[in-house]
Amino acid sequence: MDMLYAVFIAPFVDMASDPVFLAEVVIGGLLTGIMYSLVALGFVLIFKASGVFNFAQGVMVLFAALTLVGLMERGVPVWLALVLTVAAMVLLAYAIEWLMLRHLINQDEIILFMATIGLSFVLQGLGEMMWGSNVKPLDIGIPDRSFELWGILLNEFDLFAAAVGAVMVAVLAVFFHYTRIGRALRAVADDHQAAMSVGIPLKTIWIIVWSVAGFVGLVAGIMWGAKSGVQFSLSLIALKALPVLMLGGFTSIPGAILGGLIIGVGEKVAEIYWGPLIGGAIENWFAYVLALTFLVFRPQGLFGERIIERV
Amino acid sequence: MFYREAGQFKTTYGADQAVFPIAQDRWFVAIVAVIAFVVVPLVASEYILQAVLIPFLVFAMAAIGLNLLTGYAGQVSLGTGGFMAVGGYMTYKITTNIPDINIIVVFLIAGLIAAGVGLLFGIPSLRIKGFYLAVATLAAQFFLGWLFNKVGWFYNDNPSGTITAPPRTLFGVTVTGPEAVAEARYLVSLTIVVVGAMIAKNLVRGRIGRSWMAVRDMDIAAEIIGIRPYRAKLLAFAVSSFYCGVAGAMMVFLWLGSAETLAFDIFVSFNVLFMIIIGGLGSILGSLLGAAFITVMPVALTNIPPLLGIEIPIDLQKNIEVILFGSMIIFFLIVEPRGFARLWQITKEKLRLWPFPY
Repeated sequence: MDMLYAVFIAPFVDMASDPVFLAEVVIGGLLTGIMYSLVALGFVLIFKASGVFNFAQGVMVLFAALTLVGLMERGVPVWLALVLTVAAMVLLAYAIEWLMLRHLINQDEIILFMATIGLSFVLQGLGEMMWGSNVKPLDIGIPDRSFELWGILLNEFDLFAAAVGAVMVAVLAVFFHYTRIGRALRAVADDHQAAMSVGIPLKTIWIIVWSVAGFVGLVAGIMWGAKSGVQFSLSLIALKALPVLMLGGFTSIPGAILGGLIIGVGEKVAEIYWGPLIGGAIENWFAYVLALTFLVFRPQGLFGERIIERV
Repeated sequence: MFYREAGQFKTTYGADQAVFPIAQDRWFVAIVAVIAFVVVPLVASEYILQAVLIPFLVFAMAAIGLNLLTGYAGQVSLGTGGFMAVGGYMTYKITTNIPDINIIVVFLIAGLIAAGVGLLFGIPSLRIKGFYLAVATLAAQFFLGWLFNKVGWFYNDNPSGTITAPPRTLFGVTVTGPEAVAEARYLVSLTIVVVGAMIAKNLVRGRIGRSWMAVRDMDIAAEIIGIRPYRAKLLAFAVSSFYCGVAGAMMVFLWLGSAETLAFDIFVSFNVLFMIIIGGLGSILGSLLGAAFITVMPVALTNIPPLLGIEIPIDLQKNIEVILFGSMIIFFLIVEPRGFARLWQITKEKLRLWPFPY
């Protein structure tokens, strides 16, 4: 009885008794969720356009952040470092297409997936070989102060990250819907062969998508790097983005955002109100279990395309 | 010239359906078995056994398990490390509390428990498919890792949180614990893997294996011809987790000697997946070849540069190793996506005609 009370009633009593704290927890969760979404976006872009489940996205985040910090450490001004890093990511996209994807056309999805895991090893080694493996602070002048709003403690940095996330999504949405390249991208996502038959160059599209994913990775890398320093563990946030993807659907940009928010809030609330009951540190797996339970009822995720199967 | 089956007439159905229908294959396997069981323990050094051969056997077992699930039943799983952890921790729990049970029996019981856990985490596979399932199995990986880290019951509440293999004997020879010699541990591992591989091979040739393959190729079509996808998938998860559980027990008791949850982290799952993909999906032989390749490669990458007289700083060498490992994987996927098993098959086809291919 006590157990049931502790699990099903006490946490809600706690929530009701201190709504301001609850609001803080929820807002904190939402803001972390945006950061997850930023990483998840990169996955969605590539999966949508090429059907590749790019496990290396997490390492691309690390690689971008390492390159940026490495350049800044050598005295390159911020704006130039940013431009150079973007250029490096485009170059990387080109190299990946040229050395890897081109040779793997028409292979099974799982082969492509494994190839991207191999790629993640290569990028990680390359990044650390070029820029060293110690933890590097990243400071590009984002304010990091806490202030109070209606009694709720907020952090400027988190709000800034949320704003960046929102802008990214808006830009990507406009890019996908109103530009020529965006239209081509959607066509490729719909059907490779049909897209090729109307004259859309598949290889160019892939380079563009991987570049855009690299750019999104750079933004995520800046945000995460400024928050917790640039180091190897940055690449592991890919593992945080996976449940977000499951929840939102692999093919949906709004899904990635909403999924990130749900996971962010769920994780924080569970950790604070239920975590102590079972020994804490549950954020590693809670998101997965949440997404798993959700998927059992809706196998294609929140906004994923409906799965139709025929014999 | 030597690899011809001309003149080998089969007079029974049994002989026709044997695992190795060609006499030369049987001879080859027999020679390999003699080398593995007799010559290697006499010749190989402690280092070779401990750093190459025993890990190879441990991962071969896990790779066979994952290949049954991914290669034959078509369900991609990234939870291998978690299921191996179940095997390792349950073996520890059982053998420390009831020391009288034969250690092999304990391995099997731990395997059965792992099978139960696998069954549980396999339930979502009934609804979720493809990459969604692959990511969903990560839930098993992270949840089990957390569980064995947090709940003291599993490691008898010892303060360090690690599990250490106590000394256990088999036919009067110590096979686990710090006093066990590498040869003994090698022979026990080898026996387990050989028996496991034989059972797996026969499993996939029979009705169960065929139902798995039907589900893999298209589960709706399989359902229509009268296979129950639920039963086939869950059985695949259970059998696969059994193998992984035994592999985890071998890893702690016959290879490492002591371990904590870090030994079963997500990179173990990735490595086993690499093994079956590089070795060949849907092939027991492929699992063994892949396991051999992935365990030998890092050791080779570490040892070859000093042999050639190239001095590389440690940190640089580590990065180069990682890069080479990744590139080799991509290279093999590009060159032969169906893995070593396919190369072996092609070689055999060629051998049959050699030296007169016309």
